[in-house]
Amino acid sequence: MGGADVSERKITLRVNGRTHEVSLPGHRTLLEALRDLGHTDVKNGCEKGDCGACTVLLNGRAVNSCLVLAWQADGATIVTNSGLGTADDPHPIQTAFADAGAVQCGFCTPGLVLSAKALLDANPNPTEAEIREAISGNLCRCTGYSQIVEAVRLAAVRSLKGSGEASHRGQSATDGSHSPSGSRVTGEVQ
Amino acid sequence: MTDPVTPKTLPPHHLPPLKQIGKPLRRVDALGKAVGATQYAADFTMPGMLHAKVLRSPIASGKIVRLDVARARALSGVACVLTGADLPDAKLGTDMPGQSGRAARTGSDAPVLATDVVRFHGEPIALVAAETLEIAEAALQLIDLQLEPTPGVFCPEQGLMPGAPNVFGTDNAVASYKIRKGDVEKGMAQADLVIENTFFVPFVEHAYLEPEAGVAWVDEQGTITIRVCTQVIEHFRTVAKALGVPQNKVRVMGTMVGGGFGGKEDVTVEIFLALLARATRRPVKLVYTREESFLATSKRHPFKITHKTGVKRTGRITAAEITMLADSGAYPYLTPYVLLYATGMAAGPYKIDNVKIDSVAAATNQPFTSAFRGFGGPQAAFAYESQMDEVAKALLMDPLELRRVNYLKTGDTTVTGQAIRSAAWSEECATRALAALGEKTPDTPDRKVGRGFASYFQSYGRIMWFHDTSRAWVGMELDGTVIVRCGVPDIGAGQSNSLCQIAAEVLGVPLERVSIYSTDSALTPLAGTSTATRQLYMSGNAVLQAAGVVRASLVKKAAEMLGVSPEDVDLADGEASVVRSPGSGAARASSSPSGLGGGMPLADVAARCASSGLPLAHLAQFNAPFTEGLDPETGRGDIWPDFTFGAQAVEVAVDTETGEVEILKSAACHDVGRAINPAAARGQIAGGSHQGLGYALMEEYVVKDGMTQTPSLSEYLIPTAVDFPSTEAILLESGTGVGPFGAKGIGEPSLTPAAPAVANAIADALGVRIFSLPLTREKVLAAADAGKNVVKPDRHW
Repeated sequence: MGGADVSERKITLRVNGRTHEVSLPGHRTLLEALRDLGHTDVKNGCEKGDCGACTVLLNGRAVNSCLVLAWQADGATIVTNSGLGTADDPHPIQTAFADAGAVQCGFCTPGLVLSAKALLDANPNPTEAEIREAISGNLCRCTGYSQIVEAVRLAAVRSLKGSGEASHRGQSATDGSHSPSGSRVTGEVQ
Repeated sequence: MTDPVTPKTLPPHHLPPLKQIGKPLRRVDALGKAVGATQYAADFTMPGMLHAKVLRSPIASGKIVRLDVARARALSGVACVLTGADLPDAKLGTDMPGQSGRAARTGSDAPVLATDVVRFHGEPIALVAAETLEIAEAALQLIDLQLEPTPGVFCPEQGLMPGAPNVFGTDNAVASYKIRKGDVEKGMAQADLVIENTFFVPFVEHAYLEPEAGVAWVDEQGTITIRVCTQVIEHFRTVAKALGVPQNKVRVMGTMVGGGFGGKEDVTVEIFLALLARATRRPVKLVYTREESFLATSKRHPFKITHKTGVKRTGRITAAEITMLADSGAYPYLTPYVLLYATGMAAGPYKIDNVKIDSVAAATNQPFTSAFRGFGGPQAAFAYESQMDEVAKALLMDPLELRRVNYLKTGDTTVTGQAIRSAAWSEECATRALAALGEKTPDTPDRKVGRGFASYFQSYGRIMWFHDTSRAWVGMELDGTVIVRCGVPDIGAGQSNSLCQIAAEVLGVPLERVSIYSTDSALTPLAGTSTATRQLYMSGNAVLQAAGVVRASLVKKAAEMLGVSPEDVDLADGEASVVRSPGSGAARASSSPSGLGGGMPLADVAARCASSGLPLAHLAQFNAPFTEGLDPETGRGDIWPDFTFGAQAVEVAVDTETGEVEILKSAACHDVGRAINPAAARGQIAGGSHQGLGYALMEEYVVKDGMTQTPSLSEYLIPTAVDFPSTEAILLESGTGVGPFGAKGIGEPSLTPAAPAVANAIADALGVRIFSLPLTREKVLAAADAGKNVVKPDRHW
């Protein structure tokens, strides 16, 4: 096999509350490792850090997972977009993206939601310029960003109002997610 | 619910009372995508799956002198290596007859794998399938490929010269058109002024976020099944032809497409996957890297366009003589049709009685060119709208006033003599887009502020001699929920959602009660391509028809149950209720059995329909108007079903020291006919505008001697969130389109006016015109230097 002469190391990846113990060679990127583990909501758009489609939260910080080696994430807490919420229990940012028309082809959306999450965790009431800056590493070819900016703003406004959102079942959990760690996750712990 | 997006509406034509249509509802595909649940083509795996790679030409023009794959085949873990020698009869059909049954154009085939010669940088030469991606990559390195470079053609002028290296046919001419209307010599003689300019546009890359990908396997019936991101599931026919198997033995299961813009209109990974799956009898996956996506797939056509315009002092255009030269790249693909679009729209949305247009596309050893949002329209518009401003400048006339004199109106004819039948609200759109810019930003010592706008017209729906059709199946379940089955590929523009919203409207149910199954060539009725801004028009009408038949059953049964006549039954909010016909008294019955709307639940009506044998499902086919083509000598005839009209206006600040251009404001106004979902329509306009602004200011796929110089997203720059402000979208709804509820198309048209608007704004700021895209800092700086002593004409705005 092609990787036979490459030494592997056993590492632990904590993803969306699930713990994966895997042996990987040193050149394997976090993006590849996550997708191989079934976290296909982490999208591969370029593998060079140019597009942001593979954005994940690594210990609460938005990073391009294609620029992180899997070994570097050993033991870290990783949140992908689907770790924020599900269709039955969406995170308010995900809901805002859907409501605001911020989703067209959707390929950039998981990464953009996470960049928005990292922003709102640090700055719950961002200006348009701050939103644009925070998502400037995430390319979108469909929307022209207008409705994405509106979605992030909508999520911020709804969160600040803290009302009118009772119908979103994710809300109570979301309040907890606005911790600096950004580590609210769902899913079974293995 | 987000903030409502209220269309600014002129007095509507035939506007029925609508409940679902015209609402900015959350798209049916939005939440699944927002939570990361939507599976894209690269996300699927199969048990025992192999991984594929493609060996590609590292040069643009050469002979294959040696291709030895023995060492690659011998590598442990390699399951299959294929070269052109293994596939003597395999041809890639690059024409798009679609559902028409027409024969493909002569000479339109390309080799699936190059055998004797390579014609472009990136041309596929060999395929590998292996147990892992790493092994497949290692196997590529073991293929002994020796190429002898040969002289190439690196610009279309060169390709058309006698004695040029041969790339296509006998003379490298891939397609040509001529249009003759009136008497252009007489028209020029009548002119007070004749203005001639030449414009250039470059290669442009689609740069969708999702690289091409797919997984294929041979199923238990021996059917080659390909799960792939494509705009055209009907390529199952192209695959069948390439492999020499019956068409019913190839199935394309489309996925949600992570952006298309025309780049996934041609075959990408399908034939490679089918060949490898057939050869290995194992599932095979192929995912292009970003670089491979750039090298392997089509580009927007570079054009050289010359306009010679005769005009009276009043602004009336008396004659237009236009020549167009396009670069087809190494293979024809859809170049003949793109050139036809560019030719048919070359003169813009203007009524001109004397027209002469000659266009030609030539083959080169450059990246092949094919469909890209606008399909020749954006190139044409950059030229005709830049030219209109130059004509206005020469006449010392306001650019809007010049256009006002010449705009096509309903009933006027295009350059091919096709009559405009729908609303042609060019003036309204331009006026509103300009007004939306508000107060003009003042100049500063280093920054000159300019404004420009561009009008356009753009077809929607396919060329009518393609005899385009679409099918859709609509059914109601016994609980009152609705299913739509339609082979529409959803490329992110809301194709699926629009169909659901139409079905919801007709059947009187909330959108949440509609589910759609789409983009499967075997299981969903074929709906044609998600191209040409045709799906809302074509499949929307098919859904309208199918849902109408189901509605008729429901209304008939509900009338019986309610004891009223069918004309007095309405379906809304999941219920059937009694409404009095006009003139028969009260608007809505107040005493009703149950439910929110005071009506009868549709589940009850559906159950009664089922028990009495009334159809609760229907498969409908919608046919576009069929024509037989243009007169080859005069170019006279009808080409498209209808046109969208609109305009975009921008305000720019030009830094005269650095050449930097900042878009300060941008507003676009389009008559969309009817906004089925205004939020989605606004998204098309904002997104199309952004691509157009990128086309204007940043994007150029650089090719030097046939070799790609910009193979990544760090070299080929597309707009980020901080490059441009949002484009304000102004929706007008004339209700006069040929789509459902009077809709026109907006997917492609939204891109078209942006680049010429920016070019005109920079020319306004500097007093000097730049004749080529993109409007780079270098060009702007040179124009700023040249413009230092230019006196700008006064403008009303």
